[in-house]
Amino acid sequence: MSASWRPTASLELLRQRASLLNCIRAFFAQRQVLEVETPLLSQATVTDLHLDSMVVELHDSKRRFLQTSPEFAMKRLLAAGSGPIYQICKAFRRDEAGQRHNPEFTMLEWYRPGFDDRQLMAEVEALVCTCAEQHGDGLSDWAVSGFERISYRDLFQSRLDIDPFAASDQQLIDLARQQTASDHLALSRDDALNLLMAVVIEPTLQAPVFVIDFPASQASLAATELTDDGHRVARRFELFIRGMEIANGYLELTDAQEQARRFAADNQRREQSGLPVQPVDEFLLAALASGLPDCAGVALGFDRLLMLISDRQRIAEVISFDDNNA
Amino acid sequence: MASFSTNEIKPGMKVLLDGDPCAIVDNEYVKPGKGQAFNRIKLRNLMNGRVWERTFKSGDSLEAADVLETDMSYLYTDGEFWHFMKTDGSFEQFPADKAAMSDALDWLKEEESYVVTLFNGNPINVMPPNFVELEVVETDPGIKGDTAQGGSKPATLSSGAVVKVPLFVNIGDVLRVDTRTREYQNRVR
Repeated sequence: MSASWRPTASLELLRQRASLLNCIRAFFAQRQVLEVETPLLSQATVTDLHLDSMVVELHDSKRRFLQTSPEFAMKRLLAAGSGPIYQICKAFRRDEAGQRHNPEFTMLEWYRPGFDDRQLMAEVEALVCTCAEQHGDGLSDWAVSGFERISYRDLFQSRLDIDPFAASDQQLIDLARQQTASDHLALSRDDALNLLMAVVIEPTLQAPVFVIDFPASQASLAATELTDDGHRVARRFELFIRGMEIANGYLELTDAQEQARRFAADNQRREQSGLPVQPVDEFLLAALASGLPDCAGVALGFDRLLMLISDRQRIAEVISFDDNNA
Repeated sequence: MASFSTNEIKPGMKVLLDGDPCAIVDNEYVKPGKGQAFNRIKLRNLMNGRVWERTFKSGDSLEAADVLETDMSYLYTDGEFWHFMKTDGSFEQFPADKAAMSDALDWLKEEESYVVTLFNGNPINVMPPNFVELEVVETDPGIKGDTAQGGSKPATLSSGAVVKVPLFVNIGDVLRVDTRTREYQNRVR
């Protein structure tokens, strides 16, 4: 092993990290949002095709999943009547390591009963600006002009001259292959959209922007609606700053049956792709059935927010020890 | 042949792409929060030096290339091939063609040691040492006494390379030259 025992972040950065945590807690305290803690280990996990959870053995026959986000447990608290809540916790994702990824990372997630996605975007913007301002970063300039909002469709049309809803699967796949000079890639429609988004569009999103109205196929746990021109879109938003994905939020799906249907559909696709079929979280479904208040929720990458504020390019520079010397 | 998963590919590894051996320059992991993960891999084609960037789905694998870098000493040329011999005592000889010689042609000297890259056992590239000592075979007469700064002139070395040298250098002098920058370092004798 050539990795050093020393922290991958400087001590100065660690002090900034502590200060950012304080700033976030103060922000929510002022708005009377309750800080909660939920288990990192749980009996069920996400069915999402592109999220791989890690498994921990409690003893011979007892296995638990490390959470990929605290979403399910927090929704159970909401259904139990918690009111607005937030959490700062570790999340774990298998096989995710790179310049902006570490297999364990820190997530800030919060839920606002009675808010819709538009209201929550405004709060995300206020939080990011407050944090940036208190840490003396140029980010605070954006507080003046406000974060832009652009629909997924307009984004693809303006950057790539293609309509992500009307284009055929083959058109999107051809474009994705051409843009990455990778003819060999086997892609689905959503893979092609994701690849174009991540590789071509994302680097151009430098000033803060909320991308909204995602295709319904990428709804995940968001509610969907029909647009005036007949496309089904997800009430989902993603915040990008300096070419980096910072936060992902939803107008939350509250329909237990629809949720169960999406879990089953995910698992079916997992099976087709040779991925393990995941146990469905029955506690979550029961909580939804008993009644989740209408709410919006968002997950924000805490480490990435710190990268922005401290102007660092690698996640290793903002966490005490990265995966190589953890 | 072995293969490497995109998750374990690191700079310096040698892989096959479209049949050509390539050295990994960079491997960037890209994953939209809710989407398929990809690796954007930058590779240098060892056959022609061109840098490619290709995207793979995370978890895909690339075939390892049988590429070996070995020290060899230069023997002679027959006009078509340049012949090298391993310095490990095996006396094994390898002929390199002109394409493989592009980096080394200007700096050839018998018995000097070169790094020869073998792909499936054939030389595809020959790298000269960072510094070589070569004799001046042609240059304007030296100006006596001018050992300080000021002025330079071209000199042709025994290998055929033309480099800029200080005015005091004479035919027959042996010079130390940096092969990466083509710069004169000092006069050896």
